[in-house]
Amino acid sequence: MSFRRLAQGGRIDRRRAVSARFDGKPLTGFSGDTLASALLAGNRLLVGRSFKYHRPRGILSAGIEEPNALFTLGDGATTEPNVAATMVDLVDGLIARSQNAWPSPDFDMMAVNSLLAPMFQSGFYYKTFMGPRKGSWMFYEPFIRKAAGLGKATDRSDPDRYDMRHAFCDVLVIGSGPAGLAAALTSGRSGARVVLAEQDSEFGGSLLSASDAEHEAWRISCVEELKSLANVEAFTRTTVQGLYDGNLAVLVENRSHLRPDARKGQARMVLTQLRARTIVMATGAIERPLVFSNNDRPGVMLASALRSYANRFAVAPERRAVILCNNDTGYDAALDLAAAGVAVTVADHRPAVSAEILARAGTKGIAVFPGSGIVDVEGTKGVKAVKLGGAHAVTVECDAVGMAGGWSPVVHLSSHGGIKPRYEESIAGFVPGGFPSTHFGAGAMMGSFGLSAAIAEGANAGASAASAAGFGRTRPVYAPEHVTDRSYAILPSWTPPQEAKGKAFVDFQSDVTLKDVKNAHQEGYLSVEHLKRYTTLGMGTDQGKTSNINALALMAGYRGITIPEAGTTTFRPPYAPLAMGAIAGRTRGAHFRPLRLSPLHDWHARNGATFIEAGLWKRAWFYSWAGDRPETAYVKEMELVRKGVGLADVSTLGKIDIQGPDAAEFLNRVYVNGFAKLPVGKVRYGVMLNDDGIVLDDGTTARISETKFYMTTTTAQAGEVMSWLEYLLQCHWTDLEVEVASLTDEWAGMAVSGPKAREALALAFPDADLSNEALPYMGCRDIAFDGVTVRLLRMSFSGELAYEVHVAADYAISLWEHILKAAASTGIKPYGLEALASLRIEKGHVAGLELDHRNTLDDLGLGKMAGKEKDYVGRALRFREDCQSPERWSLVGLELMEPDKKLRGGAILFAASDEIKGHGRGYITSVTWSTELNKFIALGLYTGGLNHVGEEIIAAFPLKNEQAKLKIVSPHFIDHEGARLHA
Amino acid sequence: MSKHYSALALARHALDPDLPWPRAWEKPTPKSSYDVVIVGGGGHGLATAYYLAKNHGITNVAVIERNYIGSGNVGRNTTLIRSNYMMGGNTAFFEHSLKLWEGLSHDLNFNCMVSQRGQIVLAVSPVQMDVFARRGNIMRLNGIDAELLDPGEVRKLLPYLDWSKDARWPIHGAIMQPRAGTVRHDAVAWGYARAASALGVHIIENCEVTGFVIDDGKVSGVETSQGRINAGKVGIAVAGHTSHVAKMAGLRLPIESHILQAFVTEPIKPIVDHVVSWGAELFYLSQSDKGGLVFGAHIDGFNTYTQRGQFNRIQTVAECAVSLMPFISRLRLLRHWGGIQDMTPDGSPFICRTEVKNLYLNGGWCYQGFKATPASGWTFSHTIANDQEHELVRDFGLDRFEKGRELDEFGLGNWTYKQ
Amino acid sequence: MMIPCPYCGDRDVSEFRYGGDATKQRPQHGTGDLKTWHDYYFLFDNPKGPHTEYWQHVLGCRRWFKLARNTATNEIGGVVS
Repeated sequence: MSFRRLAQGGRIDRRRAVSARFDGKPLTGFSGDTLASALLAGNRLLVGRSFKYHRPRGILSAGIEEPNALFTLGDGATTEPNVAATMVDLVDGLIARSQNAWPSPDFDMMAVNSLLAPMFQSGFYYKTFMGPRKGSWMFYEPFIRKAAGLGKATDRSDPDRYDMRHAFCDVLVIGSGPAGLAAALTSGRSGARVVLAEQDSEFGGSLLSASDAEHEAWRISCVEELKSLANVEAFTRTTVQGLYDGNLAVLVENRSHLRPDARKGQARMVLTQLRARTIVMATGAIERPLVFSNNDRPGVMLASALRSYANRFAVAPERRAVILCNNDTGYDAALDLAAAGVAVTVADHRPAVSAEILARAGTKGIAVFPGSGIVDVEGTKGVKAVKLGGAHAVTVECDAVGMAGGWSPVVHLSSHGGIKPRYEESIAGFVPGGFPSTHFGAGAMMGSFGLSAAIAEGANAGASAASAAGFGRTRPVYAPEHVTDRSYAILPSWTPPQEAKGKAFVDFQSDVTLKDVKNAHQEGYLSVEHLKRYTTLGMGTDQGKTSNINALALMAGYRGITIPEAGTTTFRPPYAPLAMGAIAGRTRGAHFRPLRLSPLHDWHARNGATFIEAGLWKRAWFYSWAGDRPETAYVKEMELVRKGVGLADVSTLGKIDIQGPDAAEFLNRVYVNGFAKLPVGKVRYGVMLNDDGIVLDDGTTARISETKFYMTTTTAQAGEVMSWLEYLLQCHWTDLEVEVASLTDEWAGMAVSGPKAREALALAFPDADLSNEALPYMGCRDIAFDGVTVRLLRMSFSGELAYEVHVAADYAISLWEHILKAAASTGIKPYGLEALASLRIEKGHVAGLELDHRNTLDDLGLGKMAGKEKDYVGRALRFREDCQSPERWSLVGLELMEPDKKLRGGAILFAASDEIKGHGRGYITSVTWSTELNKFIALGLYTGGLNHVGEEIIAAFPLKNEQAKLKIVSPHFIDHEGARLHA
Repeated sequence: MSKHYSALALARHALDPDLPWPRAWEKPTPKSSYDVVIVGGGGHGLATAYYLAKNHGITNVAVIERNYIGSGNVGRNTTLIRSNYMMGGNTAFFEHSLKLWEGLSHDLNFNCMVSQRGQIVLAVSPVQMDVFARRGNIMRLNGIDAELLDPGEVRKLLPYLDWSKDARWPIHGAIMQPRAGTVRHDAVAWGYARAASALGVHIIENCEVTGFVIDDGKVSGVETSQGRINAGKVGIAVAGHTSHVAKMAGLRLPIESHILQAFVTEPIKPIVDHVVSWGAELFYLSQSDKGGLVFGAHIDGFNTYTQRGQFNRIQTVAECAVSLMPFISRLRLLRHWGGIQDMTPDGSPFICRTEVKNLYLNGGWCYQGFKATPASGWTFSHTIANDQEHELVRDFGLDRFEKGRELDEFGLGNWTYKQ
Repeated sequence: MMIPCPYCGDRDVSEFRYGGDATKQRPQHGTGDLKTWHDYYFLFDNPKGPHTEYWQHVLGCRRWFKLARNTATNEIGGVVS
């Protein structure tokens, strides 16, 4: 059970020693090592504990499929759990820790689980933890949760940076093995813009683990030529994580090995959304383990991994390795290990092995036992010996076992688009079930495991892809001379020659055994999906890359059906675990849903405003002149407006320019009330319905000229209304000559409100005639001020004499400051959103909380607005039976009758005689302190609405155990006659 | 063989590893005729069959499933259960469902891992707190648990949220339903199937319904890939594909099929102990018992039957996740998938009779299919057995749009692709 | 998914707003009874296969247009005039 670093060879750079830390101790290696190869070179076989049974586990693979060697990297805020050691470059300063074991993988207290293993068969938790009472699961769950879950995450913010880019290319080649290199170069030579993506740290794929000098020369020449082509971009450490509709490939480059510094703007990962005209998949294949008793002991690995470690990383078993195979590729590992000085025994499931292979093995002194398999493995924390069964029932002492159970083409990406893979008998594996016209496959992923075949297919696919992308002529890449494709000759074997007592694992990471698959079959979980879900097979971080096919084959065997009859599993993106941070990129925190700010925002910020979230906007809530607490400040601001004059920022309102000869007709259709005859220079309040007759929005529209109108919408519905108008004009009322344009961002708006509003405006615009005659209530006029057009709209949300002053956004701050300065003698001051919203409650104007997409015109007390003689959107469905019911909840005003109590939005309303339960008769939408009435008032919806004026009712707020008596009143708490508006 | 599941039975099987477990549900050959045929072997269909047998004594029932049972949305959702509904037609139904969830593992003798870990819905503005308060008050007034939390209380429970000044939306408080939580979703399909099968219900997998036998406006059977099966009554419970199936019976419905994506990260040790939902936009997560963080969000927004989502929606989910809980940035997405859900104009479902006599409809579940499963089966079985809607679903009728009786729980308006 | 805006060219789906089935006949303004409007507004064919639908290039030229798309595959058939 020992491994050692070979004295020579490998792709590591022995001149560059690297020093990292593992479990608190120094770990050394060379540049070119992975964390996994460095651990093996340091003879560290036992690297972790399994998920459920806490069995000792070692490194299984040398690639992305690794199920066992998962570590936590980094520390503190950079903690990153569950990273496969096989995919981590060994770099100076790397910190790695083992996980899911306590106190250490060598001595893990949780291994006691192994003793209870007979209880823990698949699905055991569905059969127990139910008693003694209903809800007992809540007692057991914390223990189960604690036991599950692999590594431990940090709860601190990720300090690293992630970048996102968009790119386009003609040909995307995925994978840089022989097929990928040939494809990239062949398509590159055509002049097409090619992107080559390789998940490994070097280009070459399987060639990196080979030992042939001529092949290496071919690889180098390909890579050099690719680098010389300006139209080719080639990326290492870049995984194509998914293919999406429209040939969108998501590439993620991992730059962790560079230890990037976010403060210098360096990204840890870069996600590219690549739109490729065509895609060549050369994604290779993953070797399968074989299933036998104790096949999870440290030192039992994939044969191809043993070969990679020996050839690429110069790490090999100390003395002897046993290769277990059911196909010829196992001998690649056997021969290379023998060449590295390792004694090798091969147990071959196949009863007969070709003479040529036997001869080659013989020359290297490799003992071959055909018709044999491994029955059991000796050694707990590392393999000591294997017991063979079948034709040669002997026990062989060894340091390592290499499993060569056949190859599974990586068909994940070809399946992301919905095409199911197809089982190919001759290779005992799944190949792509087909490709859309812009996708191509080549090499091992197509089931072509020979080198020259892969290169030929790659060249072919590269040429086809370039041609499909519109690039005609190219010069194909050819395989090096003297290549004879190795034979595969698999004889599928899914079970050991005889069963032994130990656990035989199918899925290492999820701890799923042969017995579990058997049980699932027995219990009727026959479909592959049931098998996976019942046993958790394939659900780990490796997503079953080494286990799915074995499990499928075993289940097919138990069911007595063929593998294709048993079905396939579904491959879902991402191909490998993908950092959430990389997907989010820089769109996080303040950059998520970018904040919308009024053009006056900076002024508010400089002048004591406290801001509040309002949808995507941040708005001035109240100002420091009125106090530092919202509960009291808004009251002062209300008083300012009721008694003097205030200035409020209403720039967030939607503003739409509507022009054209049919503009009046258009507005007449979308508003329930008439707009056809609105005179020039007048503003009108309007309400629009959706087709269903439910209120969509309210607002005002001013007629600027015969053919030009200026609409305002609520802040919340601005986008919705704009799209709606465009929809009606462009899709349906194409005969109307009208154009609409959003001015929301281009124009600022400010409300000047209060009895002294005219006085204030007159001081601000001394040349304008602001008399009641010149600018009456609901009048509008554009004036020129300081060379800039200023639009004055005399309308009021507060119920006071008020004007809205609109101006191009660029001039907003200077105009705002001008008004404050010029009208200083009136005592004018700014007021914020809370006061704005409260003043409108006193006036009985509906807003967002009442316009909640559930209410009809009548619910809001606006039924009379609708034109009787004219047609408007939503008219037909407005008159649906229940929409007309007198029992509907409709708008009322509410006054608090108990002065010592408080009113709250969201309280539920009941009649005085009601039992306080159920859904009540309505609810409170909006609450404010009324400075006019000196009490809390509210708007609400109540069944039967204003028929109940004068009644005393109850508002219940059980969340705070509160109840209060209210009186139903008109929602217009102030100035019923509108005298103030017309003043 | 241990038919009854218990710790004792497990121990017996542990001591005698060769003792086989019985099949969880039988795999019978279809008969030529049943009293009731349920089309769709998902959570709702299986629950309906179970309650038909258990509550109404109707055991001559077949559940016909095109694929394997639970292959639809019961196996694709984000496993949430809750009863925080404020509209009159919803509250009692979903609370009934939650009550059934609470006893489900016992009732079925199958541990569905009903985890009442509590759901916390975060408010991002004072106005939203008022909106949440209305919901919480209605819940309390209907005997349902609800708590209003201030930011300090939220921070104690969820210290890992972005409480920094850079947070895009500061947390203004939350509403919590302690009894809400998660359930092991696949177990629901298997548990109902096993219990229904034990009562005599036939569960027929890999059998596709290709048509309905309808004479004089009355259904008398279904055509399937395994031949005609006669039925006294037929219930459709194929949410996601309701339009498609109902069309075979000549029905045109207020339903569009949309894709909802779901996401799971690698398993980590417990860190998120509740279901957490965000008020900034539709986004919620919980941590599965296995350790993965499970995320859900809004539908992609256009009708499709492909079970694969668009990348921009995946980005949105990651952006929500790392903005709300910045530590998630270093965790890794393991898998994302999509389910096809019926979307209705008002976001509410249908459990009702149809214009075809003896043909009943269960569908249009939008986002709430999973949490509704037990009550859906309970009330749909009643509706079928009595040819009369159960009182809990009186507002789930097909005629509600014509009558102007929309059941718009979230106030989004009548838009299928926004609901 | 890439949506071919007839005015701007191929753009990512995230730039668009979906507008539903475009084969439904909206009653002429000022006509249609309650039933007509109900069927138009609330009922959907919801086919699994070819579908003609409205999209708006909301983050671009803001034009609405009709698009043919297959709901079973998301394959885009192109802009429909």
